[in-house]
Amino acid sequence: MSSAESARNLEAFLDDHSALKQTPLHALHLSLAGKMVPFAGYDMPVQYPAGVLKEHLHTRAAAGLFDVSHMGQVRITAASGTYEDAAVALEALVPVDILGLKPCRQRYGFFTADNGGILDDLMIANRGDHLFVVVNASCKKADLAHMQANMPGCSVTLFDDRALLALQGPRAEAVLAELWPDVTTMKFMDVRDATILDAECIVSRSGYSGEDGFEISVPADKAEALAKALLDHPDCQPIGLGARDSLRLEAGLCLYGNDIDATTSPIEASLEWAIQKVRRSGGERAGGYPGAARVEEDLQSGPVRRRVGLKPEGKAPVRAHAALFAEDSPESPIGEVTSGTFGPTAEGPVAMGYVPASLSAPGTRVFAEVRGKYLPLTVTALPFITPTYKR
Amino acid sequence: MLKFTAEHEWLKLEDGVATVGITQHAADQLGDLVFVELPDVGAELTKDGNAATVESVKAASDVYCPLDGEVTEVNQAIVDDPSLVNSDPQGGAWFFKLKLKNVADADGLMDEAAYKELIA
Repeated sequence: MSSAESARNLEAFLDDHSALKQTPLHALHLSLAGKMVPFAGYDMPVQYPAGVLKEHLHTRAAAGLFDVSHMGQVRITAASGTYEDAAVALEALVPVDILGLKPCRQRYGFFTADNGGILDDLMIANRGDHLFVVVNASCKKADLAHMQANMPGCSVTLFDDRALLALQGPRAEAVLAELWPDVTTMKFMDVRDATILDAECIVSRSGYSGEDGFEISVPADKAEALAKALLDHPDCQPIGLGARDSLRLEAGLCLYGNDIDATTSPIEASLEWAIQKVRRSGGERAGGYPGAARVEEDLQSGPVRRRVGLKPEGKAPVRAHAALFAEDSPESPIGEVTSGTFGPTAEGPVAMGYVPASLSAPGTRVFAEVRGKYLPLTVTALPFITPTYKR
Repeated sequence: MLKFTAEHEWLKLEDGVATVGITQHAADQLGDLVFVELPDVGAELTKDGNAATVESVKAASDVYCPLDGEVTEVNQAIVDDPSLVNSDPQGGAWFFKLKLKNVADADGLMDEAAYKELIA
């Protein structure tokens, strides 16, 4: 490569990266030698020197710290100042029981479209007199506009002055307890205020790894000090987005844009567990959200296709967008893999994808086309690991 | 004689047969490998065609054939334990042996000094 070429490449590199946003932990990622990649408009660490495999295993064995500050943290307050009014307004956008959510508790949900597709998935917390929701980075602009337009009487505000850290793994509680002893009284899906190292934090006992753990919302200017203090613990290592993806896939959790999107209904996506009875036909607050007719129809008659776990029988990973077939031939296309990798804890390849309902029973054998070969996979109950949530 | 390609493969040439592997630099870039697929013995490969596939947790990558030739042997050890490619890429973790169609074609490849300059 000539030096002129190098200079041009450097300029192109700087152009690409200067357009990217940085989280409050960006300098820390660089100091930890994180390998930075563009993700949802942010310059994010895909891995650190340990590498994806070791980071994944470390999280399941001890504790991993993830920067998820790119995600959207949104506060929703009703004009009346009551939780109930904010909850009722959000119930018009999600098929989830928000009104029945107790103070200091959170649950999973999704915004639905008029056709019953999924616009984004999110975590929703009852904060006493308002709602706090966390949405995906790639959707946060659209989600914010959607809520602002369709939640009349509510003020919907993006916290762009807060970072979000995820601390995950069997040692997460012990690591956080060094800085905030009260953490031991929290249960899975609890949400609390906490003063940690003089920072006013919002802590939830939740995550995206299948392990016990926490997500900590912290003011941007105090995020680095908190991250460093957590990393000072010998059990805690920094973990990049690469391992975040393999961890969530082993845990059977959906990635928006891969496993769910505007073309997948919640029932097709096997997310009916997130639609409480009170929002279903016959329930006190049935329907009343976009696409309710489609979701009800899928609940009543069963969906045409289903998101399922897929365990490749061989050693080759079967990745997203691999076509699925009923037989080992191109004549019988049935669906597509939506996420797939090698599961370090599963010690073999793991995948998820959509198959016709008639082929969705665990134990059913299907085939995926990989580099011109038709590899057998077995439909498998999710998750691929045993979660360690502290219920 | 040791030769290198811009695609980060090394070739050790002996009696018209090239032992082919990936460089330390390539192994470091790929990260911990979890899957290796090698060509069939007897396969006729062409220069720059797909010869093998390596996969990390994150992604699959192709290994290209550096020259025209016929595969005479493959290293089953790296299929059984892909982590060998990370620990000893330029030694025991060779990929395959290729009986070259034209031995002189190897002259066009880089020597070690040129390769080191490339990755510097």
